[in-house]
Amino acid sequence: MLPENLRENSVASAVAAAAPDAVASGKIDHGELTLEIQPEQIAAVCAILKHQLSYARLSDVTAVDWYPREPRFQVVYHLHSLETNSRLRLKCPLNSEAAEIDSVTGVWRSANWYEREVFDLFGIRFRNHPDLKRIMMPDDWEGHPLRKDYPVHGYRYEYQNE
Amino acid sequence: MSDPAISIDNSTPAETGARPRSMVLNMGPQHPSTHGVLRVLLELDGETIVKAECDIGYLHTGIEKQCEALAYQQAVTLTDRVDYLANLSNNLCYCLAVEKLLGVEAPPLAQWIRVMLTELTRICSHLVWLGTHALDIGAMSMMLYCFRDREDLLRIFEMFSGQRMMTSYFRVGGLALEPPRGWQHPVKKFLDTFPSKIDEYEDLLTANPIWLQRTKGVAVVPLDELLDLGVTGPMLRAAGLNWDIRKTEPYSGYEKFDFEVPLRTESDVYARYQVRIEEMRQSVRIARQAMEGMPSGSWVADAPNVVLPEREKMKTQMEALIYHFKIVTEGFRVPAGEVYQTIESPRGELGYYVVSDGTSKPYRVHIHGPSFGNLQATPRMIEGGLIADVIAALGSLDFILGDVDR
Repeated sequence: MLPENLRENSVASAVAAAAPDAVASGKIDHGELTLEIQPEQIAAVCAILKHQLSYARLSDVTAVDWYPREPRFQVVYHLHSLETNSRLRLKCPLNSEAAEIDSVTGVWRSANWYEREVFDLFGIRFRNHPDLKRIMMPDDWEGHPLRKDYPVHGYRYEYQNE
Repeated sequence: MSDPAISIDNSTPAETGARPRSMVLNMGPQHPSTHGVLRVLLELDGETIVKAECDIGYLHTGIEKQCEALAYQQAVTLTDRVDYLANLSNNLCYCLAVEKLLGVEAPPLAQWIRVMLTELTRICSHLVWLGTHALDIGAMSMMLYCFRDREDLLRIFEMFSGQRMMTSYFRVGGLALEPPRGWQHPVKKFLDTFPSKIDEYEDLLTANPIWLQRTKGVAVVPLDELLDLGVTGPMLRAAGLNWDIRKTEPYSGYEKFDFEVPLRTESDVYARYQVRIEEMRQSVRIARQAMEGMPSGSWVADAPNVVLPEREKMKTQMEALIYHFKIVTEGFRVPAGEVYQTIESPRGELGYYVVSDGTSKPYRVHIHGPSFGNLQATPRMIEGGLIADVIAALGSLDFILGDVDR
């Protein structure tokens, strides 16, 4: 459900009208509009935003880890409309045991590397991604560095038998 | 008598009637034209590229993770190391994001110095691009000219900040140091002489038949595909899109400056070259306006809980001493919230997503480097083309691997 103060907002109400049960909540903070989207609906909402509401550019995809709070992860999408010169942030909360969400590579091809980066550094899986593999870390790396339970400092020794 | 185990098949696909065989060529990670460590896997049929794939991550240093372990003012020094050719643009974007969270605005003098220095950074970055791009295509003298003129800029940065490259000159709330006395002289000297230097570069390249053959009609991608692939900046303007964040979402007082956004429509390597050359001229224009109309006043905001006090005040005022101690030992607290700040870096849309949980360390800093989006377009640009054009296409992307891998 859309909060009272966002009913007047044209973008928020248009999204809520096109996908009635997709928008969980929303806010305007520091002049930036944020909509919280149900994770299972993200690909459909993004398609609506791109084709009907002129959000031609996917500026960025990233995630935030709120460990130990649940839902632990937030996948964050930054969209940009060149026509209306406006930006929009979408957020999808994910639980730690089901850190999986649909890929939006079908909507914007640029999501390919952005989602691979989130997968690599947070361990969030993207369903239907064409090439989901590590992008920053070596292929045989263990763990996901940007998770909050991953240490900032330290060495990992691996002693191998001759 | 021939031994079947060591027999070599020299027959061509045409002779045997078999499907043409392709070969995979590994370009990089230590290839001189990748300007960093980028590995491109090229599947070749003769000299034509059938399929290309970029392998990145060789320069991943975990800057985003390190930011989470540092106080807000300490993380500025890490932003220099992201895009090391446009360090001041990264400083600016991070500071603007944190200032937005804090509700602090830099005073006019700091804003104008920021505009002037980021425009000089744009020239500095474009000079490295022009020199290396031309060198890759075979015009070696360009590199010598460009690096000669870049040296003047690095001296200017050193004069302001004490550092040639890792300046960290913009801080949350303003500037790190007072602008040095007499800074106008070297800046004015540079701005007076540089337009004639751009003419020199253009004399060497713009109508040069070899340059034209190597760049015209190479790596053409239509605008809608570039947008879909996440490309930003001069690449889009060379495809005809009039979009510059300095104009559409002005920051740090850019709305007060008069400049034009250069546009081309061919969307090939040559058009990108023309756009960037023209951008250097426009940057000179902006920097000159900033220099001539420089406001006076303080170089830091009046926010004692964020900005370190003056040294003299610390010796006489107890408040100043307390604030100094608090900022140095535990940093300043930033109200909880999140901000996505974008600016027009020399390479395109640079975005900083800063999340605060109300403490003195950023909860999350995500850096959206323009090179990361631009590099994604590489396979689309080079597939179906010739292997010699890969070098021209990669050069026209103007990526920095530190910005890609972070």
